Amino acid sequence: MQRFSQIKEKAFGPRIPREIVFRDRFRFILPTVLMLAAAIVLFVSTFFPYWHMDMDAPQYPRGLEMTIFVNRVEGDVQEVDTLNHYIGMRPLSEAGELERSMSVIAIGALGMLIIAAIFIHNPCALLLTWPVLLYPAIFLFDLWYWMQDFGLNLDDSAPLSNIIEPFVPPLIGEGKIAQFTTYASWESGLWMSMGASVLIALGIFFHRRAYKPLLDEARAENNQHGH
Amino acid sequence: MNGSNFGGPAHKTGKRSLYVAMSVMALILLMAVAGCSKEEESPTATAVPASSDGGSQVASGVSAIAAERGLTEADIEAAVKTFVPSGTHDEYILFASGGHSGQMLVIGMPSMRLLKVVGVYTPEPWQGWAVGDASETSHILDGGDLQDGTELTWGDTHHPALSETAGDYDGEWAFINEKANGRVAVIDLRDFETKQIIKNPLSMSNHGATMVTPDTKWVIEGGQFPAPLDGSYASIDEYEEKWRGVLTMWKFDRSTGRINYDESFAVETPPYWQDLCDAGKLVSAGMIFCGSFNSEMATGGIEDGNPPLEAGISQADMDYLHIFDIDKMTAAVAAGKTDMINGFPVISLETAAAEGILHFAPEPKSPHGADVTPDGEFVVVSGKLDPHVTVYSVPKIKEAIAAGATERDPFGVGILDFDTVVEVQVEVGLGPLHTQFDDQGYAYTSLFLDSAVARWTLGGSFSDLHSEPDWELIHKTPVHYNIGHLVTTEGDTVSPDGKYLVAMNKWSIDRFNVVGPLLPQNFQLLDISESGTTMPVIYDSPIGIGEPHYAQIIKADKLNPWEVYPEVGWNPETQSLDPRAVAPGEEGVTRDGNNVTVKSTLIRSHFTPERVNVKVGDRVTWHMTNLETAFDATHGFALPGQNINLSLEPGEHQTIEFEVTDEGVFTFYCTEFCSALHLEMAGFFMVAPN
Repeated sequence: MQRFSQIKEKAFGPRIPREIVFRDRFRFILPTVLMLAAAIVLFVSTFFPYWHMDMDAPQYPRGLEMTIFVNRVEGDVQEVDTLNHYIGMRPLSEAGELERSMSVIAIGALGMLIIAAIFIHNPCALLLTWPVLLYPAIFLFDLWYWMQDFGLNLDDSAPLSNIIEPFVPPLIGEGKIAQFTTYASWESGLWMSMGASVLIALGIFFHRRAYKPLLDEARAENNQHGH
Repeated sequence: MNGSNFGGPAHKTGKRSLYVAMSVMALILLMAVAGCSKEEESPTATAVPASSDGGSQVASGVSAIAAERGLTEADIEAAVKTFVPSGTHDEYILFASGGHSGQMLVIGMPSMRLLKVVGVYTPEPWQGWAVGDASETSHILDGGDLQDGTELTWGDTHHPALSETAGDYDGEWAFINEKANGRVAVIDLRDFETKQIIKNPLSMSNHGATMVTPDTKWVIEGGQFPAPLDGSYASIDEYEEKWRGVLTMWKFDRSTGRINYDESFAVETPPYWQDLCDAGKLVSAGMIFCGSFNSEMATGGIEDGNPPLEAGISQADMDYLHIFDIDKMTAAVAAGKTDMINGFPVISLETAAAEGILHFAPEPKSPHGADVTPDGEFVVVSGKLDPHVTVYSVPKIKEAIAAGATERDPFGVGILDFDTVVEVQVEVGLGPLHTQFDDQGYAYTSLFLDSAVARWTLGGSFSDLHSEPDWELIHKTPVHYNIGHLVTTEGDTVSPDGKYLVAMNKWSIDRFNVVGPLLPQNFQLLDISESGTTMPVIYDSPIGIGEPHYAQIIKADKLNPWEVYPEVGWNPETQSLDPRAVAPGEEGVTRDGNNVTVKSTLIRSHFTPERVNVKVGDRVTWHMTNLETAFDATHGFALPGQNINLSLEPGEHQTIEFEVTDEGVFTFYCTEFCSALHLEMAGFFMVAPN
């Protein structure tokens, strides 16, 4: 029995003595709240757009637009595809198929990692939160990867292949493709995911500050027993 | 790319989304910590300061141009009132009959720019309307074929009618008559396409058509030239005995968007040459008023030494205003008091007279127009050969009918006493033809002989709206030339707008560049928004397609047309998704004996398939779906050698069927300039010998 609790303590870090919880409640609640908030923000972000592109051209007075969510692309996708076939670009539905199909599950998993980190009171918690910290960057890298893959691999036999050079639209800000001026912007979902990263960073900081003394204490105790 | 790059002023989504994200996060954090849910206001964009653009500088530039072009101050004012800058829309839409073009014109106001010529009774190739015999639109036109199967490929449209709800235009449907062969058409204002054409089974002509009752339950088709109703021969000597007029009541079903032929009926009338009609509204709801102009029953015969028709018809001092009672009609129909003529229920003249369905009120001398005032209380009959408008009081008409007619015409129809039912006569000028109304208590009457528009004051409930005495001529504005109808903004509804008036002038003479001896008509725009004697002409608009008669003007924001069809594969004839629609990947050509089925899709800039091989003697069924969903991405389909041209608007599906009789190779192509590779959008229809 004692052996089991020792293993548990080793894996998940020390449990907090009851009297400390009562005396120093804020110290333990703060990281929990921050990390829980990060998980919720991340989850909520899946309902919001991550990336948006406005496309202006003379014959589109209302412009064309495209909005990327973690699991879908909305907007004038058919029209963009229709235009893209002239320059030999593949249909947008072929981009990031795996990512779109997995995204919600993956973000769920990230949320679970955060929840797990709340209950783990040793430095392993830090390890579990790394994927969440990096998630916005991973999203942007993936987006860039597909944009360059599509933009650089144009079909040479397309009708207008001679008037357009392979291109990579910018991840953010203004770009120019044939008669189109494009404006890419980062949207609320992406900002939320970045916010979740900040919350996680803060959470893990306070998490460490809350549990490190206990951890050190336990370690010292162990050393004493060892002597 | 510069530093400030998530969005310039026009693309501020980046910044806004940051705020949204921050707000949402703050909210979640707040909820998590405090368990409270106080919402944060998102920051809103600040207003752009108004620019000051040096008004005096503009004015001096304008006067220099005006001086150079010889424009007066009034010209400049008119130009400023009518100019609609590029990219902005007109405030009103004018629906005008296209006269003997057989079409309906759609014109923006005040710019008077022609927006569309809606194909109705005449094939219209741009819209692919009824071109050849292969398409479904040609089958709609076939709905108006004569009983013996004769195909009609022209028409004479006179009076469009917009659908109404509670006496006001609702912008959903338009109806238009065809005078030459007695037809009525239904146009859906979601896509501005004709959906139904009906041939009147009793008459070869109409004129008091189309008018609608205040809730568009009935579409009224008043006749004009009498003839035996069963279409048989009767000599001119039997004119009084066998020739008859007819008023047809078409039941409109909003849910199907079609006239329900089976619930419609007609009322037989004397051969008096019925003219324009108007449906009563508010206090006169349930009544229909139609003028007439040949109570003399003259039949001409100039070649036999008789007075010519024009003289014979204008002999008597009085003709008859026809007053119909809709409730009494429907009661008679429900009671089975109808005769079937050509399979269509008709209330006989005898029944109409006996049941009080029809009454007459004398009206001076071959008049034109019977127009109900916005409050429904008066009916204005324009004298045509009499310089007055005669104003009838509906309450007085009702009292007189209740009291019983004092006199009867040779057919037994009760005639009300003229002095009892007339409210007033107003002398407006020579050749009064047609009257409409505004929101200032004025009526406007077109004066054909004077070539002018008369403004005069109404009495009754309109008395308080104007400062002048009631029933008095206020002003005449000359128009150019020979005005027929006039139309004011929503001027025949329960709530006219009183902003503009269009004089629909029959002759233009010297107003435009001469384009040969056949001259365009002239739609002249008048500004009637001011009171009193101010109502200037502010624009001349040539109409070079036919002779428009009546028109109606609707506020543009009451229309809610589709920009593209609601779904890809849409059939405009049924206004629903066509089960035969072709999806991408389903294209191909299949053969079953002599029957060849082609399934095609169209998208910029190709047809799929591009090669269609058939043999002489094949029957081809060709399904075509335009896969486009973009605003204005229409494709045409021209098939030379087969008399086929279609317009496939974004999302539209069409199926055509035809027999192949001659061998050869034919290049089909897109007739709408759809894209940079439009000329490349083609394919081959190859007919091999059998």
